Amino acid sequence: MGASKSAQKLPLTSAILTNRFERRTFVLGALQTGVGVLLAARLSYLAVAQNEKYQAASESNRVNLTLIPPRRGWVLDRFGRSLAANRADFRVDLIPDRVIDADRTMQTLSSLLDLSPDRVRDIRDKLDKARGFQPVEVAASLDWEKFAAVSVRLPELPGVIPQKGYSRFYPAGASVGHLIGYVGTASAEDYEKERNPLLVTPGFKIGKDGLEKHFEARLRGVPGARRVEATASGRIVRDLGTREDVPGKPIQLTINAGLQEYAARRIGLESGAVVVMDCESGDILAMASMPSFDPNSFSDGIGRIEWKMLSEDDHVPLRNKVLRGLYPPGSTVKPMVAMAFLEAGLDPSASVGCSGGLRVGNRVFHCWNRRGHGSVDMAKAIYQSCDVYFYHFAQKIGMDAIAAMARRLGLGQEFPMPYPGQSYGTVPDPAWKLRKYKKEWAVYDTVNATIGQGYMLVNPLQQAVMASRIASGRNVMPRLLLDRNAPLPAHMGFRQDHLDYIHAAMSEVVNGRGTAGRAKLPVDVLMAGKTGTAQVVGLNIANGKSGLWKYRDHGHFIAFAPFDKPKYACAVVIEHGGGSSAAYPIARDVMTYIFDPAKAMAVLEDFEKQWGGNVQQRMAARYAMFAQKYGASAPAAPAPDDDSLTERIGDERKPREPSAAQTAATDPRPDADAEAGAPQPAPATPRPSSPGAASGTAANPAAPAAGGQ
Amino acid sequence: MPRAYVPAVIARQPWGVLVPLIALVGFGSAVLDSAAGGRFQLWSLSHLVRFCVFLVMAMVIARLPKELFRQAALPVYGVLCALLVLVELIGGIGGGSQRWLNLGFMTLQPSELMKPGIVLVLAWFYSVLPIGETQSWRALIPASVLLGIPAGLVMLQPDLGTGLSITFGAVIVMFLAGLPLRWFIGAGLAGIIAAPIAFFTLLHDYQRRRVLVFLDPENDPLGSGYHITQSKIAIGSGGLWGKGFGNGSQSHLNYLPESHTDFVFATMAEEWGLIGGFFVLAVFGLIFRWGLRVAKDAPDRFSRLLAAGMTMTIFFYMCINLMMVMGLAPVVGIPLPWMSHGGSSMMTNMICIGTIMAVERWNRTAPRGLSG
Repeated sequence: MGASKSAQKLPLTSAILTNRFERRTFVLGALQTGVGVLLAARLSYLAVAQNEKYQAASESNRVNLTLIPPRRGWVLDRFGRSLAANRADFRVDLIPDRVIDADRTMQTLSSLLDLSPDRVRDIRDKLDKARGFQPVEVAASLDWEKFAAVSVRLPELPGVIPQKGYSRFYPAGASVGHLIGYVGTASAEDYEKERNPLLVTPGFKIGKDGLEKHFEARLRGVPGARRVEATASGRIVRDLGTREDVPGKPIQLTINAGLQEYAARRIGLESGAVVVMDCESGDILAMASMPSFDPNSFSDGIGRIEWKMLSEDDHVPLRNKVLRGLYPPGSTVKPMVAMAFLEAGLDPSASVGCSGGLRVGNRVFHCWNRRGHGSVDMAKAIYQSCDVYFYHFAQKIGMDAIAAMARRLGLGQEFPMPYPGQSYGTVPDPAWKLRKYKKEWAVYDTVNATIGQGYMLVNPLQQAVMASRIASGRNVMPRLLLDRNAPLPAHMGFRQDHLDYIHAAMSEVVNGRGTAGRAKLPVDVLMAGKTGTAQVVGLNIANGKSGLWKYRDHGHFIAFAPFDKPKYACAVVIEHGGGSSAAYPIARDVMTYIFDPAKAMAVLEDFEKQWGGNVQQRMAARYAMFAQKYGASAPAAPAPDDDSLTERIGDERKPREPSAAQTAATDPRPDADAEAGAPQPAPATPRPSSPGAASGTAANPAAPAAGGQ
Repeated sequence: MPRAYVPAVIARQPWGVLVPLIALVGFGSAVLDSAAGGRFQLWSLSHLVRFCVFLVMAMVIARLPKELFRQAALPVYGVLCALLVLVELIGGIGGGSQRWLNLGFMTLQPSELMKPGIVLVLAWFYSVLPIGETQSWRALIPASVLLGIPAGLVMLQPDLGTGLSITFGAVIVMFLAGLPLRWFIGAGLAGIIAAPIAFFTLLHDYQRRRVLVFLDPENDPLGSGYHITQSKIAIGSGGLWGKGFGNGSQSHLNYLPESHTDFVFATMAEEWGLIGGFFVLAVFGLIFRWGLRVAKDAPDRFSRLLAAGMTMTIFFYMCINLMMVMGLAPVVGIPLPWMSHGGSSMMTNMICIGTIMAVERWNRTAPRGLSG
């Protein structure tokens, strides 16, 4: 700087310029040295200080890890038969990000794989919605020829991935839909939660519902991996080795696979639930909710026609009625109420005269049998289901004792079952009503509660538990996971003579002068039971027996067998079945199956001929009909990957507690169909949305009350 | 080795630069051989052949007399400017940017030749400029015009890297010619102010993107940031000793783009590690030291400016390329002298070397200090 200043004043000479050149050259030399040092430092920093980081990055570039989805653990029944297994299959997937011309690719694939136009549309929907990393399944369970046909044309099909793998297989199909749940491709939310690359591996499925979801961690297993060296463009240079997958651990259920399937099939065209329990241990032997969905086809994603079919069905196939269906239990609570009376010290031989109604103050509460039952003691009150008897003594004993017994026997209770979102209903009592509606308990509330109407709401599992506890006198808890070493549950502290009395009365229901004479088992075992008919709407709207399906009464039946040495308990609920006569034939056949499968099967096969095939055949026919009718216009599935699908659907149509307090007693419905009606085909109810499916006989006409009821 | 036993023809050769050059080119061809996956003929062979051809050319240049350089300076400059215009016209007709002329047997990139060209013409200009005028506008304005024409034409192509390279060479010559320091400081400040404006107005989209990506390569790991990221991975994963010759996964599996041209240093560093990198830096250091020493020893103003300008032109190549591959500069298409595969840059650099060798020869015939 100084040099240049002085240079301005002095006349410039060549020497000054040379001197300046030499100084500036030195500066440039220093600059070069500086840059050299900078570069050397940067080089050292990258190669030494950050070596590890970049070595890892280089390795992850070089080595391409392909995960091999692990085989899922099996779900077994109590005898080791498979309820959910794995099937080796060939499959073809699409990676949306890598597909260049979706239309052309789909065109080629559909001709190679014989895809139906509906299926192609479904795949296109998913392709449009999918995020880049999410593989979309084109087809699974392919045979070798088709698989090979796609494989050889890969170069012209970017984004298409054919592979060998395993897919989930449910041998019993729809029968176990709600029991087991289903699997499906992981959703974006699943991936956000877990950040596990396995979730986005083509062919990998996670549990979406039911046991598959609850036991995901146990069933999943550890993925295998194939390590390859690949170029930047994805060409595989060489194989670096493969690690085998570790299959998930199996789970063994208390379910009896044969019984489960039988129960599901026996429900037939009705909408209902059947629960069978071992009443000593609490093992659940069958837990069927029908109609259902086929978890096999759900696992491939829900197609639009299938979605339309399931979501429009008023029989709500997507709701697990065993745990989420809430129903007024009707007269099936009467053995429970009788237990409360006995515990409260009522002499079972204490009688009341039934003249068809009971006057309390200036109101008359009717018995279902308007002509009256005459003199009624406790046993007759149970087997004839006399309402007046219960009205009378309930007034004396009080609602609190009844409600306590209801809860003790399992009503209103939530059980630790591996399913989310159970509905556990209501057992009303005065305190509850005051809390909920700020109103005092009234006489008609007790009247309603003692016959299982009004605020009382239960789910079928609770009814089965109630039946089990009454049958064995043990504090059984429903169990789904098999544990052969579990001790028997403790006794509930009931007096054996009380239990024997109730058992005898319940046996009379079936085997004697009771309301379900035709429920007598065709084998050498005596079953005890209790009918129940729960009204859905008042008499002013419909009579409950016929007319619009949704206005018909619910049919209930609880049972156990053998009556003198109880081992099996059972609860059947038929939604809008028109009365208990829709329920107990099913209970009878299901219980028969336990003792004589062949005999029960023969009955079922006769029924299925009338119903138009077994569950699978009927569902297929229905699907074909829908496909024909709505083939082109069915809306895209709203959320095929949503794992809360069944929960959502369940919520929409869940019975709700009345928002206002009830102000009157329910008029009870005839609770027996007596021995009227000849050979009884199961009441086939035409389903409004299933044209052509129902061809059975009409609902049985209401049996006018006869002496034997 | 006693000089007496060595034939004069051999002893006369400028071994101070030839040895480093041969080392660098030899090492470069080994790296290229590896980058080609062991196919020597693919790049290494032509690399060596070109070096030999251009070395002969440099030797020829080295034998040219100083007067010829002086007389040729302006005509050569004029021809190169005309070629730049021609390229621009052809590009305009063809639609889109074109940087080269197809001569049939080779493609000629006039902007490449302009790098030594601008040094030559400015060295000539300052050697003819009366010494007393060095401080006045007459020292600046003609030089600015001489620089402005080619630099403008090259930037129009658009080729920012070469444009900056030409400008850098010219500024170095001006600096060494003794122009007042405050002009450079003033220009530097103006540049700092103008840079952001130029960034948003003058630069093309792709150039702007390159600068942005340089500032944050992780932002665009699969787009333009890919180059820088992969290059750093290659260099960083090499470690101290490298992965070994022929074992560079980044280059062999094509993760490293341009592994044989602009990013050849990363290819080298992956296989030879920090040691290889230091070797290359050291060899370049020897070449630059030789160049600046020749300039300092030069007997007159013209030769001094010529040798120093040529040295700095090569330096600029190396500096920008290495900063680029190490993530210190944006991705500009400037190859690494004598290592990157490519004829144009080899020719330019050998012209520079040939010119410096010529100056070195003049130094021997005209002892320093007699003329100024």
